[in-house]
Amino acid sequence: MKELVVISGKGGSGKTSIVAALSQLAKNPVFCDADVDAADLHLILSPVIQETHEFIAGHTAFINLKQCTKCGKCLELCRFCAISPDFVVNPVMCEGCGVCNYFCEDNAIDFPENLSGHWYISSTRFGPMVHARLGIAEENSGKLVVRVRKEAEKIASQQERELVITDGPPGVGCPVIAAIGGASGVLIVTEPSLSGRHDMERVVELAKHFSVPAMICINKYDLNESITRGIREFAEQNKIPCAGQIPFDPAMTKSMVQAKTLFEYAPDAPACSAVRQVWDQVLKNLS
Amino acid sequence: MIISVASGKGGTGKTTVATSLALAMGSSAQLLDCDVEAPNAHLFVKPVFEAEETVFMNVPVVDEDKCTQCGQCEQICQFNAIVIIADTVMTFPELCHGCGGCQAVCPAGAIGEGKRTIGIIQNGRCNGLGFVHGRLRIGEAMAPPLIRHVRSRINPEKTAVIDAPPGTSCPVIAAIQNTDFVVLVTEPTPFGLNDLQLAVQTVKTLKIPSGLIINRSDIGDNRVAQYADAQNIPILMQIPYERNIAEAYSRGEPLVEAFPKWHQHFAGLCKEITRLVSGRA
Repeated sequence: MKELVVISGKGGSGKTSIVAALSQLAKNPVFCDADVDAADLHLILSPVIQETHEFIAGHTAFINLKQCTKCGKCLELCRFCAISPDFVVNPVMCEGCGVCNYFCEDNAIDFPENLSGHWYISSTRFGPMVHARLGIAEENSGKLVVRVRKEAEKIASQQERELVITDGPPGVGCPVIAAIGGASGVLIVTEPSLSGRHDMERVVELAKHFSVPAMICINKYDLNESITRGIREFAEQNKIPCAGQIPFDPAMTKSMVQAKTLFEYAPDAPACSAVRQVWDQVLKNLS
Repeated sequence: MIISVASGKGGTGKTTVATSLALAMGSSAQLLDCDVEAPNAHLFVKPVFEAEETVFMNVPVVDEDKCTQCGQCEQICQFNAIVIIADTVMTFPELCHGCGGCQAVCPAGAIGEGKRTIGIIQNGRCNGLGFVHGRLRIGEAMAPPLIRHVRSRINPEKTAVIDAPPGTSCPVIAAIQNTDFVVLVTEPTPFGLNDLQLAVQTVKTLKIPSGLIINRSDIGDNRVAQYADAQNIPILMQIPYERNIAEAYSRGEPLVEAFPKWHQHFAGLCKEITRLVSGRA
């Protein structure tokens, strides 16, 4: 079984629209939405939820003011400025380290586990899907990413499906690290802008750091063909296969507005043949 | 005054708005790029960098001679960053959140503080505009401590504009909490609307007043505008999709510099935000 993770560094470069388009080209895939912070793939794949699971991770301190003698030990020890001078914990600032709870001599601090979000197993018209919703302002997104990826892998092996396609989060931090570790390959979707290229280079370095094979796909390549050439040269110099380039095509956004994949909305759009070529290259590089 | 620019979804135009707003204010402003995972504002503002600082996080260092292997450090650590394996204390600095619990609990005084590099902060200026950004070290997972360091550089005598990371979890919170106003940027598509709803819940959780900018305002439908109306969020500006705006963006040209009429719009936006913030106070 293989897992392809689609990432970009910079948000809004077209990861989710491309994953949605690929969903129709892949044979027997399992889908995984690892952008647990701001998941969007469900808006196109319209999953029917079969199972809902609670995601419990981390703790938050709570000071019981009736028992608190205001000795100030917790205030002194908290490195996250999460406790106010009148001994109320700000749950958004609380890191969940438990130091206040451990040292409180009055036993006045509770340290319950957090319900940080939910994850779901669903069915879609293209195959099973695992996705999640992290609670607003919650932490532990990396752990939730690991959870959805594990569940997707489990489904793939149970149902003898050969490929998991994972829609990854933007950036290079905790959730992205959690999304790419151990993957068969990452497809980096970039766009020909200075920002797109800058963030692509960072995510290439990240993939290298964690020894995950990378491929590059240039979306809206005709927006600035000179930067596109620069990206292709960069890929060549760094021995990263370029899986192809997709033209700017209004059908991409229009299909999203209709909650359809590119191929469902406009099977003859110029972007379609480009996406097919990208997919052929991705499969070649994955195997 | 601190104005943060945020969005649930990436790529909606946060950096376009943050750089244009800061440039329109000029020397009375300071721009802080808190999207430390993918910092882009410098590509538009092109500041002359004056200084660079490496930012560290405190992690435990164990003095094996003093350690009695009592196990209290392992017990207090919530992040599995310090464990005892076969009579040896092992630390995993990448997992450490820097809470200092192990050090505080160690009865033998065997735990000192070492450092883990989390990234760098660079500051400089573009004409009179102050500029600060953070760059997360590749391979480092924790963005919030670096974001807090960037924010510690805020000059209270200027209007600070913070370019926030996308999403709704800890990095965004670190960037926008305790700011006076959040400018939410979205596009009128189902993805834009979905992620805007999450961002609105986030700013409501933090109780920060907000306003909305709809970027590429003509590419989708009117559901974003309807939602803003229902939530009583003022629409501060609409920026249409124009090929020449997208091309200028791709070359790293700030909107207010490539198209002078937008300079006026952003100067007006600044006044409107000031009015909304002072009206509340």
